[in-house]
Amino acid sequence: MRSGFFFFAGAALMLLGGWVGLPKALYKQQAQPLDFTHKAHVVKAEMDCTSCHDFRQDGSFAGIPRIDNCAACHAEPVGTTANEKKLVEKYVTPEKEIGWLVYSRQPINTRFSHAIHVRKAELKCERCHGEHGKTETLRPFEYNVVSGYSRDIWGRSISRLRRASHEGMKMDDCMDCHKEKGAEAGCLGCHR
Amino acid sequence: MAAGAKEMNKTNRKYRYGMVIDLDACTGCGACVVACAVENNVAPAPAKVNDRTSITLMRVFQVKDPAPMPARKTVFVPMMCMQCDDPPCEHVCPQQAVELDPRTGIVDQMVQRCFGCRYCMAACPYHARYFNWFDPEWPAGMEQTLNPAVAPRMRGVVEKCDLCHGRFHEAQDRAALEGSDNITYQPACAESCPAQAIRIGDLQNPEDPIQDQIRKPETFQFLVKLGTKPKMFYQSRRGWVKRLAERASPNGNSNRRDA
Ligand code: SF4
Ligand code: SF4
Repeated sequence: MRSGFFFFAGAALMLLGGWVGLPKALYKQQAQPLDFTHKAHVVKAEMDCTSCHDFRQDGSFAGIPRIDNCAACHAEPVGTTANEKKLVEKYVTPEKEIGWLVYSRQPINTRFSHAIHVRKAELKCERCHGEHGKTETLRPFEYNVVSGYSRDIWGRSISRLRRASHEGMKMDDCMDCHKEKGAEAGCLGCHR
Repeated sequence: MAAGAKEMNKTNRKYRYGMVIDLDACTGCGACVVACAVENNVAPAPAKVNDRTSITLMRVFQVKDPAPMPARKTVFVPMMCMQCDDPPCEHVCPQQAVELDPRTGIVDQMVQRCFGCRYCMAACPYHARYFNWFDPEWPAGMEQTLNPAVAPRMRGVVEKCDLCHGRFHEAQDRAALEGSDNITYQPACAESCPAQAIRIGDLQNPEDPIQDQIRKPETFQFLVKLGTKPKMFYQSRRGWVKRLAERASPNGNSNRRDA
């Protein structure tokens, strides 16, 4: 009787420890090199996503903008924040790229065509990136210590219960939407 | 949603890519083989490899007719995956790592799924498949030249020509941005051939110039009797070259270049 109690108490303790501790052990955090407010750019400066995240002429997606894109407006500070001062002094003036850590970076064997999804299928950016464009600050980048993939690929919730509709960028998440829309892509449609 | 789905499928035009290779134009220079390796991130072969353990997604075979020397003639035959419409490699794969893509007619190799049993290599009548015996290694600095549109493969999986799928992706992106449905592109081999001996086309488009080429009397295919329905066509006005097509191996039992 007593030993049974200790067994189950021990098991419960281990499970609890795993439940609480594993996510902490599985993901490591890394701060972005510079903070960035999407909100100020979208609301105050009235820009939209494609003002900075645009396509190249050849149809490929430029993704995170390069420093000359920032320099077009921020050759000199336009505001008074310390963060902007850092941008101008540390990156724009010496023409140094900012080493952004990309939340939505997929493994190298994955190909995602922004052109097809945004132009042809007319998906909104928010469908996969959520309300990132409304954030005032950049959250720390988190990555899986085993695979090195960004936490956004799996999604915030480890159990994947109660996740937001945009959350998760795994193959299954892509396939759910593809099935719903009847859009077949085949293996090499998204792999390379 | 259902209406939207229909709409989307309607605009997803289908293709059946195939190629025509003019053996009378091919000089055997091997530019296509090099361009292919560069395009598809095939790592330089380690010193220990041989013919069997190295990777060349396409090869140029040198074939000689049986006549004795002064009269002896030579032909060079570029060979890659024939993109069979009834691919034996797909049928045997226990992992479903091979898929004939109904949208492009390209036989996709899913290296992510492959577990390296090599059934497909045994099944392929064209010796178009290669096993990665070693992890790919690039000399320091050379990894800068890798093509970002193609993921390198790892040790233990089989790979083959996928008709430059990275280039197909780029063409697809371009077409989507232009709002067009016309996905045309050149695989690296066709683009690099100085004799323009390799041409790609859409076999199901009646207006594609490849149709005229296919109907020419000098056009033939290799090993059609096996019924794998290859989509690579060859041309030669030389009778003995055409007769090669039904032989199991261009040089009797050996397919070595110098045989
Ligand atoms: S040539 Fe070989 S690898 Fe290519 S589709 Fe046919 S059987 Fe498969
Ligand atoms: S080697 Fe890979 S691709 Fe070929 S049959 Fe086996 S699992 Fe399939």
